[in-house]
Amino acid sequence: MAFVTANWNPLGEAFYRKTELYEMGWNLKDGLRDCLLAAAPYGGPIGKHFWKKYTLCSTLPMSFFSPPFFSTTLYSKESHWKSGVVRQLGWTVCDDLLCIQEDGTVLIYDLFGSFKRHFSMGNEVGQSQVVEAKVFHSPYGTGVAIVTGASRFTLATNIDDLKLRRLPEVPGLQGAPTCWAVLTQDRQSKVLVANGGDLFILDYTACTAVNPPGLSPQASSIVHMCVSFSYKYLALFTDSGHVWMGSANLKEKLSEVETKVRNPPKQMAWCRRPKSRQPSVVIMWDRHLLVVGEGKDTISYHLEDDSILVPEMDGVRIINGTNHELLQEVPASCEEIFKIASMAPGALLLEAHKEYEVNVAYGINMLPQNYMDKSIGTAAHCLHPHHTEMSDRHQHISAASFGKCFLSNFPPELFVIMCRDLRVLNAVRDYTVGIPLTHTQFKQMTVQVLIDRLVYRKLYPLAIEICRYLKTPEYQGVSRVLKHWACCKVQQKEESDEVIARTISLKLGEAAGISYSEIATKAYECGRTELAIKLLEFEPRSGEQVPLLLKMKRSQLALSKAIESGDTDLVYTVVTYLKNEMNRGDFFMTLRNQPVALSLYRQFCKHQEQDTLKDLFNQDDDHQELGNFYVKASYKEKRLEARVAHLQSAVDEYNKAKNEFAAKTTEEEMRLLRFQKKLEEEKGESLVGFSLHDTLRTLLAVGLHKHAEQLYKDFKVPDKRFWWLKLTALAEKEDWEELEKFAKSKKSPIGYLPFVEVCVKHHNKYEAKKYVSRVTPEQKVKAHLAVGDMEGAADAAIERRNEGEISTILSRCSPTTDRALVERLNRAKSTAAKK
Amino acid sequence: MAQSGRRDAPELPDFSLLKRLARDQLIYLLEQLPGRKDLFIDADLMSPLDRIANVTTLKQHEVDKLYKVELKPIVSTADQLCFLIRPRIQTVKWISDVVNLDKAAGRLRRYKIIFTPQKFYACEAVLEEQGVFGDVTCDEWAFYLLPLDDDIISLELPEFFRENFLEGDQRWVGAAGGALRLIHSLYGPFSKVYGIGQCAKMVYESWREQVEDGEQKTQQPEIGNVFLIDRDVDFITPLCSQVVYEGLVDDIFRIKCGSVEFGPEVTSSDKSIKVMLNSQDKVFNEIRNEHFSNVFGFLSQKARNLQTAYDKRRGMDIQQMKAFVSEELKGLKQEHRLLSLHIGASECIMKKKTKQDFQELLKTEHSLLEGFEVRECVSFIEEHINRQISMIDSLRLLCLLSLTENGLLPKDYRSLKAQYLQSYGIEHLLTFSNLKQMGLLVEQQPGETLTVMESKVGKLVNDKTAGKLTDAFSSLAKKSNFRALSKRLVLIPKSGEEYDLRVPRDMAYIFSGAYVPLSCKLIEQVLERDGWTGLEEITRMLNGHEFAVSGGANGTESRIKADSQRIVLVMFLGGCTYSEISALRFLGRERGYKFIVVTTAITNSGRLLEALLDNHP
Repeated sequence: MAFVTANWNPLGEAFYRKTELYEMGWNLKDGLRDCLLAAAPYGGPIGKHFWKKYTLCSTLPMSFFSPPFFSTTLYSKESHWKSGVVRQLGWTVCDDLLCIQEDGTVLIYDLFGSFKRHFSMGNEVGQSQVVEAKVFHSPYGTGVAIVTGASRFTLATNIDDLKLRRLPEVPGLQGAPTCWAVLTQDRQSKVLVANGGDLFILDYTACTAVNPPGLSPQASSIVHMCVSFSYKYLALFTDSGHVWMGSANLKEKLSEVETKVRNPPKQMAWCRRPKSRQPSVVIMWDRHLLVVGEGKDTISYHLEDDSILVPEMDGVRIINGTNHELLQEVPASCEEIFKIASMAPGALLLEAHKEYEVNVAYGINMLPQNYMDKSIGTAAHCLHPHHTEMSDRHQHISAASFGKCFLSNFPPELFVIMCRDLRVLNAVRDYTVGIPLTHTQFKQMTVQVLIDRLVYRKLYPLAIEICRYLKTPEYQGVSRVLKHWACCKVQQKEESDEVIARTISLKLGEAAGISYSEIATKAYECGRTELAIKLLEFEPRSGEQVPLLLKMKRSQLALSKAIESGDTDLVYTVVTYLKNEMNRGDFFMTLRNQPVALSLYRQFCKHQEQDTLKDLFNQDDDHQELGNFYVKASYKEKRLEARVAHLQSAVDEYNKAKNEFAAKTTEEEMRLLRFQKKLEEEKGESLVGFSLHDTLRTLLAVGLHKHAEQLYKDFKVPDKRFWWLKLTALAEKEDWEELEKFAKSKKSPIGYLPFVEVCVKHHNKYEAKKYVSRVTPEQKVKAHLAVGDMEGAADAAIERRNEGEISTILSRCSPTTDRALVERLNRAKSTAAKK
Repeated sequence: MAQSGRRDAPELPDFSLLKRLARDQLIYLLEQLPGRKDLFIDADLMSPLDRIANVTTLKQHEVDKLYKVELKPIVSTADQLCFLIRPRIQTVKWISDVVNLDKAAGRLRRYKIIFTPQKFYACEAVLEEQGVFGDVTCDEWAFYLLPLDDDIISLELPEFFRENFLEGDQRWVGAAGGALRLIHSLYGPFSKVYGIGQCAKMVYESWREQVEDGEQKTQQPEIGNVFLIDRDVDFITPLCSQVVYEGLVDDIFRIKCGSVEFGPEVTSSDKSIKVMLNSQDKVFNEIRNEHFSNVFGFLSQKARNLQTAYDKRRGMDIQQMKAFVSEELKGLKQEHRLLSLHIGASECIMKKKTKQDFQELLKTEHSLLEGFEVRECVSFIEEHINRQISMIDSLRLLCLLSLTENGLLPKDYRSLKAQYLQSYGIEHLLTFSNLKQMGLLVEQQPGETLTVMESKVGKLVNDKTAGKLTDAFSSLAKKSNFRALSKRLVLIPKSGEEYDLRVPRDMAYIFSGAYVPLSCKLIEQVLERDGWTGLEEITRMLNGHEFAVSGGANGTESRIKADSQRIVLVMFLGGCTYSEISALRFLGRERGYKFIVVTTAITNSGRLLEALLDNHP
C-alpha cells in the first residue's frame, strides 16, 4: 500500500485529499461536453442527457464500473428522446429522475428509465420558456425552481404535493439573472438572485435587497454563487476574482479569498463536513479545480476532462468521462493517525499491527507500555470512520481487532457496530451496486433510507442480506424489502397470475408484518384485478382487504370480508357504499344473504329511514315483521282512523304470515278502539288506547256496568278475569250491596276466597264474613283466618284433620288469650298425627 | 362461613387505576376545546361520569353549565357546546338538529362531540347526511370500564343485551374486546381464557386481534384466568326472583351505578337519600350476600352491638370521654346512620313483598324449576295475569315456564298470550315476537318429546361440524333443554332436606336452596376441570361455542405466581345479576378463588325484560 498521505494537500490548518472512487465505465467519445449531467447526493445515481443531438440516452445512472467489467451495464438504459428540449436534470429523494423541459414541463422517470408521470411548472412558462432550472432538497421533499425568459421565478417546494409559488418580480432584472440559488430558511424556500452587483432575496411575498457584509469593493458583479449542503453557508464569486464566504443569512462573513482568476467558474461547491475546521469552497473552471479556504493559500488541481461537481454533506464528488473522485477535508482524527511521525495511540496501533503481520513478537512489543491505561478507546478510535473512508477499511478493521485483544474491559458493542457498518458500506460501494457512501453520510441518511435505495435499484437480495446482518426489526427491514419485491413482481406481465401469486406467497409466507393488501393494490393498479384478488386471499386481516375490494368493485366479496373481520364499522362502510352503488333491489338482495349486515342496516333504518325498513321487509316477504312494523306505526299515530288503517295493514300482513293469532288479536284491537272511541264520545270518559282490562276496569269504576257486560261478552273475556275485575272495582267503590248481588248472580269462577280477601283488604270484615261460608273447604281455614275468626278456623281445620293447617292456626294464636283453643288444637293435632 | 382449611384468598388488583385513566383522558379531551363551554351529557352517562369526575373537576376545566341530553331544543347561550354521549344515532341526529337550527339563526358556535367508549361509522354518516360533518369535531373517550366495587367492573352498556341478542347487531363486540384488552394490558397477561357463547367467542377474537396490533408486555400478571359467558347461555338465573339482600335491593329500589336512592318510605323522613352500596359500607358489606331471611337477625344483632358501644360512655371519666368522642363516635354515628337506613330498606322490602304474595310467587318459581305441579303453576300465572298484578312479573313467569318446560303447550301459549294482551294491551304483540325470537317464550313443537328433540339437536350438531348450520337448527337450538341440564349439573338440590340458609352448603342458597344458578355452576365446573372436557354433553345442549385457550408462551412463569392463578375474571356479556355475583363470591370463599365480575351492565329480571319490550313509541 502506498502512503496514505500521498494525496493529502495542506490548506490552512487542514489537509484536503482527493481519492478515486470508481473508474467510469461509460464509453463516451466526447467526454461530457455535450451532456446534461446530474447526480444525486449521498452517493446517488447519475443522470445524463445529450441535449445537442436531441436524441437521448436518457438516464445512465450508476455506471461506475471497474475496467474488467466494462460490459456490465446495470442500470443504464438508452432510448430516443422524443420530448422537448431538456433544460435541467435532477434527482428526487426517492431516486427518480426529473427532466425539466424548456416549456416548463417536468417529466419524471424512475431509475430504470421508465416514464412515471409529469407535471407543469405553470402555464405562463409556455411562451417565455425556462431559462434556467434548479432541483433542490429540503425537509419537505424535492423541490424545483425555474426562472423564465421573462425573468420570473416559480418555485415548488415539494413535487409530490405540488404547490406552485410564483415569486415576486426582481426590480431591474432583464432576461436571465447572472446567477441564483435556492435557500431553505425559516421553513420556507427562498431564492437568492444576483443581478450584476445587486443581491436580492425572494420569498413568497417580497423581494428584498441584501448586502453581503464585507464584500470586497473591487467587485462590480457577482458572477457565481453556491449554497452549502446544509443551507447554512453561502459562497459568492465576483468578477474581480474574489470568493466571499459567509453565512447564508448574510449576517456574517467567514472569509474572502482572491483567486486571481477573473473568468466566471463553471461550477462552485462547498466542501465542508460537519465540524470542519475551516470553510472551504471548490471552484471549477474548464480544466482547473481550486480549493479555497480561509487563508490566502489555495490548492489547485488540474482536470483532464470536463467534469461536474456533486456537493455532499462532507465533501464534493467530481465526475468526468473517465473518473469519479471524492474531494474532502481530512478529518482531524485521521490526520492524527497518518500524519508523518504521529505518536497518537491510533497511529501506534496501526503501525504495531502492520509489524505484527510481518513479525508477531515484534509487533506486540511495539505497543507502548502505557497503551492500556492511556487509551481505552483507542481501538475504537482507530476504527473511527473518518479515516477509514473508502479505501483502507479492511486494514483498519483488522488493526482495531488486533488492538482490542489487549484491552480487557473494552465494551465490545462499539467495535461490533462499527465493523458492521463498515462492512455494509463496503458492500454497497461495490461497483455492481455503486453507492459510494461515507460513514458520515450513512449515519445521516440511516439504514432505512439505504435499504430503500437498494430497493429502488431492485437489489432485493442485497437489501435483505443487509437487513439481516444489521438485525433491523423485521417489519422495518426484511418484510419491507419483500413487499417491494412483491410489488415489483406483480408487474411482470409475462408471468401468469397463478404463478406470481404462488411465488409471492411462498416467499412472503413466514415474514412478519407483510401487508398483502398493499401488494394487491399495486397489482390492481397494474390492471391485474384477478391477481389482486388472489393476493388478497393471503391477507390475514380481513379488514385490510375491504377497501381494495370495494375499489375493484367486488362489493359482495368486500361485504363478506368485512363481516368476517367482525368490525361493524367496516361492515357499515361497505353497506353505505353498496347502497349508493347498487339499485335498491340488488342492494336488498345482497343484504338478505348477509344477516349481520342486514341487522346492522335495519338498526340504522329504524332511526333514520322507516320507509326503507318497510321496503326491506317487503323485499324479504317477511310478513310477520311487516305486521309488527304496522303495529308499531299504529301507536305512533294520534288519530283513530290512521291507527285503525295501520292495524288493518297489520292484519293483512299477519294473515299472509299465517299468524292467525296475531291477526285475530289485531282485529280485536281494532274493534276495541272503535268501541272505546264511541264510548268516549258518548260518555266523555277517556278510554282510547287502554287495554281491554283497563277499559273494563274504568267502565266498572264509573258504573257503566252494562257496557262492561257488553265488552265482556263481545271480547270473550274469561270469566275469571271479569269476576276479579268486577270484584275489585266494586270493593274499591265500597258498593257492598252490589257486590253481594254480584256474588249471588251465579257460582263464582274464582271461588269465594277472593271475596273475603278483597273485603278484608278494604277493611270491611263484616262484609267479608258474609262470604266465608261459601268458600270451598280447602280454603276455609284461610278465609276464617283472613277475617280473624280463630274459632272458625280451628273448627274447619279440625274437621279436615289437616296437621299443617292446625299448625298455621297455632302459630297465630297467642298462648295467653286463646288457651282453650290452643289446647283443643294440640289435641286435634296429635290425633291427626296418629292417623 | 365455611372458610376453614382453605387457602387465604389472594388480594384483588387495584382497579381505581381505571378511574384515574378515564378521568385523565376526559380532562385531556375537554382541554381540546379551550375556553368556556357548556357540556351536554347523555342521561345514562350522568351516573357513571359522576363516579369518574365530579362537577368541580369539570368546572376546573372550563365547563360552564351542565345539561342532560333530552332531545329537545336547547337554551344554552354558550359559544362552545360539548356533547358527551353514547354513539347512538338518535342523539347524533338531535345534535345535527341543534347545529342546523343555529345555522338557520345565523349563530356561530363551536361544537364538539365526545363519543364514549367509541364512535361508530353510522354516527358520522348521520352527521354527514345532515350536512353538519364539517361543523363539529368528534373525539372518542375510551371509557370502557367503570369499577363499581372492589370486585365488580361494569361497562355500563345496558343496550348491549338487546342489540346483541335480539337485534343481532354486533357493534358492541369491539367495545367489549377493547375493555378486555385494557384489563389485559394493565393486569395481564392471562394464563387461560375460557368462554361459552357466540358473542363470547367474538369478543375473544376481537380482543386477540387488538392485542396483536400492539406489543405484548411482560409484567407480573395480576389476573390469572378469564371466563367469558354470554347472557343467553343462562336466562333462567336472571329471571328468578332475587332473595339475597343486594339482589333484593336492586329488584326493588334499582341500584344505579353502584348507588341507590332510598325514598321517604325507607328514610322515614321526607327526604330521599342517595347511598353508595359497596364494600366501603361496613353494614352493607356484611349483609349483601346474605339470604334475606338472615338479614333481620343480623341487623338486630348489629343494633345491639352498636348500643353496647354507645353504652361504653357511661362511667367514663373526662379523658376517656374525650378519646371516645374523637376516635369512636364518628365511626359509630356513621354506622348508626347506615344501620338505620338498611333496617328501613329491609322493612320496606318486607312490606312490598308481603303485599304481592311473595311467598306464593316464590313457591311457583321453585315448582317451575323443579318441574313439579306445572298445571298449578300455569293457573297461578293465569291468575297473576288476570289480576294485572305486575306486567313484568307476569312476563317473567311466562318466560320461566317456557324455559323450564321447553316451550308452552300450544293451548296454553295462545290462551296465556291472549290474556296477557287483554291485560296490558296489544302492543305486547311485539314483545311476544321479541321473546319468541330470543327463545324466551316459545310454543312447544307438537308431538316432540324431549328425547326426540335432543337426538335431533344432536344430529344437527353433527351436521354443523360438516359446516352446515340450517335455520331449523338455530330455531331448535334456542330450546333451553333446562330439564336435562339441571339433571346433569345437579342444579336442583334434593328436595325434602332441610336447607339451613344461615350456613349455606352450596350456591343454591341465593335462591333459598332451590336452585344452583346455571351460569355459576358452569364456571365452577370449568375451573375445576381446567377446561370443557367431560362437559361435552352440556355444551351441546347449550348450543356450543365453548372454548378454552391457554395464554402466552410464558405459562410456566405465571404458574410460579400462583396467587394470580386464583384470581378469576368473569365477563358476562349481556349483563349479570347481583345474585350471581353473590354466588360467585360464595364459590370463591369455598374454593380459595377470588372472582372479579366484569359485566356489560348489572341486570335483573325487570331490566332484562324491559329491554325486550317494544311498547315505547
